[in-house]
Amino acid sequence: MASTAIQHTLEHSGHSHDDHGHHHETFLTKYVFSQDHKMIAKQFLITGIIMAVIGMLLSILFRIQLGWPDQSFPLLETFLGKWAEGGRIKPDFYLALVTIHGTIMVFFVLTAGLSGTFSNLLIPLQLGARDMASPFVNMLSFWFFFTACVIMMASFFVESGPASAGWTIYPPLSALPQAISGSAAGMTLWLISMVFFIASSLMGALNYISTVLNMRTKGMDMWKMPLTIWAFFLTAILGVLSFPVLVSGVVLLIFDRSFGTSFYLSELVVQGQVLPQQGGSPILFQHLFWFLGHPEVYIVIMPAMGIASEVMATNSRKPIFGYHAMVYSLIGISVLSFIVWGHHMFVTGMNPFLGGVFMITTLIIAVPSAVKTFNWLATIWRGNIRFTPAMLFAIGLVSFFISGGLTGIFLGNAALDIPLHDSYFVVAHFHLVMGSAAICGMLCGVYHWFPKMFGRMMDEKLGYLHFWFTFIGAYLVFFPMHFMGLDGVPRRYYAFTEFEFMKEWLTVNTFVSWAAIIAAIGQIAFLWNFFHSIFYGKKAVQNPWESSTLEWTTPVEHLHGNWPGEIPTVYRWPYDYSKPGHTTDFIPQTTPFSQTMSSNLPHDFEGNPEAERIQIEWQKKQQAEAEQGV
Amino acid sequence: MAQKPFENDRENLKAKKFMMWLFLVSSFIYFAGLTSGFIVYTAEDPSRGINTILPDVFKYSTGVIILSSLTMHLAYLAGKKLQFRMQNLYLLITAVLGLFFFVFQFQGWGLLFNRGVVFSGNPNASQSFIYVFIASHLLHIAVGMILLLRAVRLKFSRIDPVRNTFRLEITSIFWHFIDILWIYLYVFLLLNQ
Repeated sequence: MASTAIQHTLEHSGHSHDDHGHHHETFLTKYVFSQDHKMIAKQFLITGIIMAVIGMLLSILFRIQLGWPDQSFPLLETFLGKWAEGGRIKPDFYLALVTIHGTIMVFFVLTAGLSGTFSNLLIPLQLGARDMASPFVNMLSFWFFFTACVIMMASFFVESGPASAGWTIYPPLSALPQAISGSAAGMTLWLISMVFFIASSLMGALNYISTVLNMRTKGMDMWKMPLTIWAFFLTAILGVLSFPVLVSGVVLLIFDRSFGTSFYLSELVVQGQVLPQQGGSPILFQHLFWFLGHPEVYIVIMPAMGIASEVMATNSRKPIFGYHAMVYSLIGISVLSFIVWGHHMFVTGMNPFLGGVFMITTLIIAVPSAVKTFNWLATIWRGNIRFTPAMLFAIGLVSFFISGGLTGIFLGNAALDIPLHDSYFVVAHFHLVMGSAAICGMLCGVYHWFPKMFGRMMDEKLGYLHFWFTFIGAYLVFFPMHFMGLDGVPRRYYAFTEFEFMKEWLTVNTFVSWAAIIAAIGQIAFLWNFFHSIFYGKKAVQNPWESSTLEWTTPVEHLHGNWPGEIPTVYRWPYDYSKPGHTTDFIPQTTPFSQTMSSNLPHDFEGNPEAERIQIEWQKKQQAEAEQGV
Repeated sequence: MAQKPFENDRENLKAKKFMMWLFLVSSFIYFAGLTSGFIVYTAEDPSRGINTILPDVFKYSTGVIILSSLTMHLAYLAGKKLQFRMQNLYLLITAVLGLFFFVFQFQGWGLLFNRGVVFSGNPNASQSFIYVFIASHLLHIAVGMILLLRAVRLKFSRIDPVRNTFRLEITSIFWHFIDILWIYLYVFLLLNQ
């Protein structure tokens, strides 16, 4: 009786709110304009993967230029036409490649691809909600993102080429079409694309925050949320607080470019011509940009951290070490991220005293970061580790985060930053700590939740192959760059052959380019594994990793509304792994304490005297029985 | 059955209303970004700044927008009491006041422009900021007017009171916000003139 009622309401759940008639899901509503958070997550993931491949190919193109600056590759001309006349990439196009590579990787892959995929997938599933607060806005979020991707890629097809002022688009270079060919139509498209992108991330973030705060299932108080959810939640808050500032910076830039204002432009002479704009302040843009830009790097890394925490606890078969410390360090990073943006601007003529303030706030971030690192290490310490591909990538994240984070302490120092600024040292730093670490987190998430998304398993052996290619490849690519940077080699330079002191780095560049190409080839293992397993992978069981969180209590077959019937109630925190006295090495969050009498600990009851009394009585009874038995 | 009906799980109007509040936060941050941009820009050089007295017409627009907040609230109260005719009336009055606000703002721009306080080609971008503030705010007013018109009910027989009140709430939260936002911007400009 009850089950038919549930079945009936379930059928209703597929409908939008305003129509009352019955209709079946069509291809369009199921796969394209879907309002189901699981499908939207997959859309974000696959779009993100495609953008990542594009971003990676762009990097290979400029690595070819850097590795073999004097060699001609006729094939390049075949594909790129006038951008690679004579088989050599042109300087303008080189800058465009660097710019679009950075934009795609930071925003489209590691912001939308990462948060968009896993926040959408996991927030409702791990919190026990039917869907997001507003599925419609969620759908809109994806399609704005998709539009942004299309516009960004379209800029490759305008005559003057894509934006090429760097992903930070500092004016005046980005504001004046005559300054560089990429600042013409390409820059306009970049700005339009970013407006769509920001709208998309804001819509996503509003949904994530509202869902986390309002739609948790019974028993799921904030301190019973998995660390993934904490990370996504705080990431979304960062997005809401920082992206609008980028909008204001971009709006002023648009006015400067197209409406003759001079917010950022002043006393400029371009190609012998004095420009009319007077009185602007280019530093103003940097303030507005980095007020977003710095939280943005935490928007990139925090979801990856959350994913790694969850995967490491599951695959170490141990509770996460210092759950509260993990949450508070995420909160600490979030708060601090708003008061450190000046460390990107030490060399803009900033007041040295102000530089000192920004230096201190920056170095304080080392504290929560170290807390997280040590907690991860303590989590796997003497754990019963299962080296799944996801686990390897989680460990990879920790490794990259440590080796990249250490150089952050150098760069955060206002005095050391003077020689290191805009050198390859910076490139090495952020590619390790933000690029490689976050992409490891993302891949870790893909391997771990693939069975949840597609109901099938990915191939483990290909996963291992992929991991080692990626892990070793990334280190071989980025580690040598530290030494180049210390020697004073500047970033974004087209060729190293023009400067005497840089020539000796040419061989290193060739090496780095080879490493990048081999690492890129290694990604084929992932792409094949991913797309092949969607259709032909081994069928997944309901809880393949024996994980205790809520998403693994849903059926393998997806249904709109996630759980058939009632949403499960949560009784315990998400990390009850290898609890002494219990028969299995994990206890799902949905198991009440009354079913695990043999493993309950006094602090499990949060000071509930009745529960404690029952537990003590049970223990006395057990003891008495044991004595009788003897 | 102790179970919550499925439909209610999915409707979750409270969560949707919360999203509106979050949107207001992000929108306010946008304006905070602009105004702090103004402060940073203006502080760099003593010759910068608004350097003019704001036209009186902005006082009228301020009056109009405050009045419209009042009528918005009346529309909300009427909707709650299921007086849909009154609700429509007050909503339309609010929208008309919004139109007046538009007119006054444009008049203000015209007056400023005639004084030489222009938007483009102005070496003192502090003055260009006035236009950016007002234009960004007017964009919000335009969105607010769309929300107002969406809240107007044509067929009284098919009104779901819960949904109607929800829509009114969303609209009024937004409308009061852009009212307060304008007061913030106006006071900010007054203090810097």
